Amino acid sequence: MAWLGHFNYWIVVILMMIGFYAVIARGNMVKKIMGLNLFQTSVFIMFISAGKIIGGSTPVLREGVTVYSNPLPHVLILTAIVVGVATTATGLALAVRIREAYGTIEDDELVDPANQRPGETRLDGHAGKGDTPR
Amino acid sequence: MNVVEWLPFSVLVPLIAAPVCALLPGRTAPWLLAWLSALVSLLIMAIALPLLWQGQVSYPFGNWPPPIGIEYRVDAANGLVALLVAAVAGFVLPWARIINNFEVPERQGIFYALFLLSFAGLMGITLTGDAFNVFVFLEISALSTYALIAHGQDRRALLASFRYLIIGTVGATFLLIGIGFLYMMTGTLNMADLAERLPEVRDTSTVRASLAFILVGLGLKLALFPLHLWLPNAYTFAPNFITTFLAATATKVALYVMLRFVFTVFGYDYSFVALPLTGLLLTLAIAGMFAGSWVAMFQQNLKRMLAYSSVAQVGYMVLGIALATSAGLTAGMLHLFNHALMKGALFMALGTLFWRVGSVRLDDLAGIGREMPWTMTAFALAGLSLIGVPLTAGFVSKWYLIVAAMEAGQAWLVILIVITSLMAIYYVWRVIEAAWFSAAPETRTPVSEAPLSLLIPLYVVVAANFWFGIDTRLSVGGAEAAARALLGGSP
Repeated sequence: MAWLGHFNYWIVVILMMIGFYAVIARGNMVKKIMGLNLFQTSVFIMFISAGKIIGGSTPVLREGVTVYSNPLPHVLILTAIVVGVATTATGLALAVRIREAYGTIEDDELVDPANQRPGETRLDGHAGKGDTPR
Repeated sequence: MNVVEWLPFSVLVPLIAAPVCALLPGRTAPWLLAWLSALVSLLIMAIALPLLWQGQVSYPFGNWPPPIGIEYRVDAANGLVALLVAAVAGFVLPWARIINNFEVPERQGIFYALFLLSFAGLMGITLTGDAFNVFVFLEISALSTYALIAHGQDRRALLASFRYLIIGTVGATFLLIGIGFLYMMTGTLNMADLAERLPEVRDTSTVRASLAFILVGLGLKLALFPLHLWLPNAYTFAPNFITTFLAATATKVALYVMLRFVFTVFGYDYSFVALPLTGLLLTLAIAGMFAGSWVAMFQQNLKRMLAYSSVAQVGYMVLGIALATSAGLTAGMLHLFNHALMKGALFMALGTLFWRVGSVRLDDLAGIGREMPWTMTAFALAGLSLIGVPLTAGFVSKWYLIVAAMEAGQAWLVILIVITSLMAIYYVWRVIEAAWFSAAPETRTPVSEAPLSLLIPLYVVVAANFWFGIDTRLSVGGAEAAARALLGGSP
């Protein structure tokens, strides 16, 4: 049953892979951001799990308690959560602007040649050919 | 007054000026505040640098002694990078006022506030001696950079920004995972403290995984081939001022962080002796040099051409570092410094052309050398530096790189450096040929030369390329001191 002792870390790995998969495989920008959130959250859980000491109390100084959990990872992750919220906000704001400019937030439709203006080249993978002449 | 006490202000001044800047109305006031903040940072770093060459200094925040408190620990390596970042901001901003009035006409208060946040973030990454602090500042600068790139006029700037956001966040999170592993194994986040405690636990897979995560995360940030895919689009569609600033600073700062982790935190013995990092970095560097130069040769959009050239130039820097000798590290740091000068000048020249012509496509710029001779001459001179012609800064760094390769007994690297330099001649020559030897397209209305308020800042940066090609006391001296500091031990 040794693997059960690492339960948190298994969850971390599974969440991380789900999030990473969503970032790579989903074409919808909001879903990409959701995947990114999952990915970041898994790292938060990893940090917080590392701070837990079995039998440890909350890190508040009081009588009769000698074993504390490590509070530092919690504080670090508080900062990282703020960073994650800011990233999500920026990403969603960009998705709104992209929707206004292109009328869609689906990757497939964004790179669809029919959706390009004259002289615009696609962003994906065709950089080596250079921009098409106007 | 001790200059060490002033060091944190090179981060704090732009950080505090940013929200003030957001509230300022109009165009001149935010620009002036941004410029003054950059000059304050530049002044502090310029005064501090000679002191740093003698040894490292430490500033504990709130007087909490490290490793409990967060400290700024500055030595010759990060002092040089911080000076470079502040100098780029201080010298590009005078040029940027007219350019930004054209490209970002509205809400400039917010625009300059974002710029100041990005600048403060880069300074913070460079100066801090705390691993988690690096992550926080990295995200401060990255988030504001995404917003700045989205300010580009072309709607594709939004897509480029979004993709950079996804890749950049994945990279930063990888760095966070790596730092988390280090914390689990050592119980500390202070870099000097980490360097002391890591050798005891270094033969564990957690520490190896930590190095891998940190390398990949920073590789994404510094556009190390093949993790560079965000860079060409981001550089192409960002406003010209932002492209200039990012090209000259952002990848350099990420490279410095990688150096700090590889050499100081993990240590030379671990990264290059116990693990085969030389082979890995050398392969990626050479692949980047060739792939970047090759793709740059066929670009129609000149900003995209220079962006791919940046991927190749990052390859040169990593090449020097991968040799992991004192001479190689000196060459890498020297190219880091000199590349900021050349790319800064080149992107400034392109921005000036864009301001007049409204395009940076090669066929739109045909014959422009006769209409804007001074701007195109500046581009050509900076191009000489990019190629590495003697008397320019680019020659000095390539010379040191070649010497380092010979010293390391890897003479075949010299051939590769020469071949990629020949490729650079080709892609710079294409522009010169189009500008002076082709007829102007009939669709373009004739333009006149840019005013002196753009040309003077441009030529100051171009002159720096020649100054540091002749008088190398600051660049080579600084790079040698930085290499000593990095190989010598703690940050």
